[in-house]
Amino acid sequence: MADKVLEVEALRAGYGPAEILFGVSLKLARGEVAALMGRNGAGKSTTLKAIMGLLPPRAGQVRFAGQEISGMPAFRIARLGLGYVPEDRRIFTDLTVAENLEVGRRAARGHAAWTPERLFEIFPNLAAMRGRRAAAMSGGEQQMLAIARTLMGNPDAVLLDEPSEGLAPVILELMAEAVLSMKREGIAVLLSEQNFDFAAAVADRAYVIERGEIRYDGSMAALEADPALRAQHLTL
Amino acid sequence: MSVEFSFLLVQALSGLASASSLFIIASGLTLVFGVTRIVNFAHGSFYMLGAYMAVTIVPWLLQIERSPTLFFAGVLISAAVVGVLGVAMEILLLRRIYKVPELFQLLATFGVVLMVQDAVLHIWGPLDIAGPRAPGLRHGVMILDQRFPAYELFLIAAGPVVLGLLWLLMHKTRFGILLRAATRDREMVGALGVNQALLFTGTLFLGAFLAGLGGALQIPRVSASAQMDLAIITEAFVVTVIGGMGSIGGAFLAALLIGQLQAFGVLIFPKITLVLVFLLMALVLVVKPWGLLGRPEAAPPSAMPEGIASPGRFCVFEKLLVALALLVAAMLPLFGDAYAVKVATEVLIFGLAAFSLNFLVGNGGIVSFGHAAYFGLGAYASGLLVTKLGMPMEPALIVAPLASGFFAALFGFFIVRLQGIYLAMLTLAFAQIAYAVCFQWVEVTGGDNGIVGVWPAPWAASRIVYHYLVLVVAVLGIIALRHVIYAPFGASLRAARDSAARAEAIGIDVRAHRWLGFTIAGAAAGLAGGLYAFSKGSIDPTLLGIPLSVDFLAMILLGGMQSVVGPVLGAAAFHSIKDVFMPLTDHWRFLLGASIIALVLIFPRGLGGAYASLRARFTGGAP
Repeated sequence: MADKVLEVEALRAGYGPAEILFGVSLKLARGEVAALMGRNGAGKSTTLKAIMGLLPPRAGQVRFAGQEISGMPAFRIARLGLGYVPEDRRIFTDLTVAENLEVGRRAARGHAAWTPERLFEIFPNLAAMRGRRAAAMSGGEQQMLAIARTLMGNPDAVLLDEPSEGLAPVILELMAEAVLSMKREGIAVLLSEQNFDFAAAVADRAYVIERGEIRYDGSMAALEADPALRAQHLTL
Repeated sequence: MSVEFSFLLVQALSGLASASSLFIIASGLTLVFGVTRIVNFAHGSFYMLGAYMAVTIVPWLLQIERSPTLFFAGVLISAAVVGVLGVAMEILLLRRIYKVPELFQLLATFGVVLMVQDAVLHIWGPLDIAGPRAPGLRHGVMILDQRFPAYELFLIAAGPVVLGLLWLLMHKTRFGILLRAATRDREMVGALGVNQALLFTGTLFLGAFLAGLGGALQIPRVSASAQMDLAIITEAFVVTVIGGMGSIGGAFLAALLIGQLQAFGVLIFPKITLVLVFLLMALVLVVKPWGLLGRPEAAPPSAMPEGIASPGRFCVFEKLLVALALLVAAMLPLFGDAYAVKVATEVLIFGLAAFSLNFLVGNGGIVSFGHAAYFGLGAYASGLLVTKLGMPMEPALIVAPLASGFFAALFGFFIVRLQGIYLAMLTLAFAQIAYAVCFQWVEVTGGDNGIVGVWPAPWAASRIVYHYLVLVVAVLGIIALRHVIYAPFGASLRAARDSAARAEAIGIDVRAHRWLGFTIAGAAAGLAGGLYAFSKGSIDPTLLGIPLSVDFLAMILLGGMQSVVGPVLGAAAFHSIKDVFMPLTDHWRFLLGASIIALVLIFPRGLGGAYASLRARFTGGAP
């Protein structure tokens, strides 16, 4: 299974007495972009948090690059090369753009390291703002910074939680372009998404999650071509 | 009074010197809070340890050569040793309590305070130790026509230098950038691959180092003594709260303000400098609830310990238990000796006080760190009326809750506007104001010595009769408070505790409810204090002090904050244990501190909680 960078099997997780995930299974191949789609509250963000170790999984397995990572603290998982961009961006608003990138910096494993300069090629907007405090950025700029910050850790795969949320259409295109550049760099991306068009534009593979279970698992193209299938799962 | 300019200048300079010292200490406290979200009571202990280390290490170094270099090398070594102790505290204790409610964190770090106090007495003895003066800085400098110590000038410079170095550290090093990031969002820093544990350990080193440095720098000015810790920690709290918790720049501003306020306040109101400082804090918090440069907490609700859920009724077994307890209390004078009666009387009094505190904490979600103030104010009201105005005991006992209720209403007006840790800090500040007044207003309160001769009326003079009087009054007080918990008002308080916004939305005036709740609890504590004054026959400032406030908190923690009657149980257990063990050992503080820590770590739901789990297992029902 060397081609799979991330394998999740029968993952269960929840908050307190509330069970959110009832055995989620999914796979992410190297260099592949997969979209995890579903309604509000279906368990998209919870899945990503549980993979990342931010929410302790109650059962199931998570393997990253062949290594079992469920139960590990988030920082160890990040060090193995799994990046995470949270839903609400969570950039450090007191820090400048350059300092935000510094927090994410980790030594590269093998391949060419991401540097602020390389990242500014993908996110040209950020280049002019290096010294600006992140609090003074727009939502779209913050989203780009959040992705750039995670890339500074030189990850092999990135969990991207609702990257399109609350973005203007122009920024949305930039964001889709950014995801495709990550793919070109060989980074696998698992993104959670409610915006079907955005997901369809970037993803090779699609998962649909509903009430904590995966209901569709197949190619994005097939889902895109079949309106009936889409209506069944994604009446958003 | 004609005041010369040179005099004012020197006064301002000495204010700047104190401000520098205060800033160095407070910067460590605010840094540790910013990153770990823990308000570290033991920061004052680190300061004290810094001073003790320095009076040990520096003279030894000066024997080699009396040079300024060796003096300051000794100061830095002392600070570094204290930094290492901070690391030990992080690894052994703090790491286990990052996720527990703030109240428990405060209690656990206070446990460390008690342990360090005993350790210091054990190692260095009870006598104050004077330190050497700094070689090269022993002379005076003439400023206009006034002599000003050179060392004070050095201190004035030290504060801004530390501020500058901290700024460089926080902005120009990776460690500092990570610290600032962690101050905003620890979890995210972890998700980016940073090992928080190391970051926190580093923070504690830095924080404790700064406290130790502050203490070590003091040795030419003040002797090292075992009372330094609590004195400085309240001042450091005030500085960090005024400046905004977590803000180093804010701490600097606040230290400057307080330094000048003290330097000039002492000229105008020599008796009440402490009061001025706390009034400044109250004023700032009312205008800027998060301090001068602080920002609102992201998530205050996590601060709350588990409180009273829906209060249940006693089952038959529990009714029997309560009846049995009352019977023991009533029959005790028949078979117990005078000492047992005295302890039982005190248990009843502390039971009422603890119950009133849990009415606030468990039922109202208002974590008061200064509940002893209202207990002590009640005691002082009764005691002063009886000794100074010759009032009989009975009306004096009626005035006690009224006086405490009045002050609780006055202080509470400000306190209930705040949330979480800021609220706890403000309760502490007001309690320290009350303490300072009782301590400093010697003519009326007798100062440190207090007042003796507070005896009950002749008919209640015998221990046994007084025991029955306390039994009746305390039990009635507890029943009345319990009734309030069960009444709609109590339910509204719980609603406001669980979600202030939702309670507001259904028409509950949250602030008014919390204010009234605070007043009621204060009045009940005052009644207990009045009873206590007559049982002891004397009053003194310790009745309003932080240690007693912590005792009350330990009682409700032991009894279980989620239980209605648990606090009474906790008071009985705590007071009896303290009474049995205190005479047996010289190290009761150490034991008490260790027990409080153990309680927080192992038993966070208290005895009442343990019982509730047992009961739930047997009956399947909610407690």
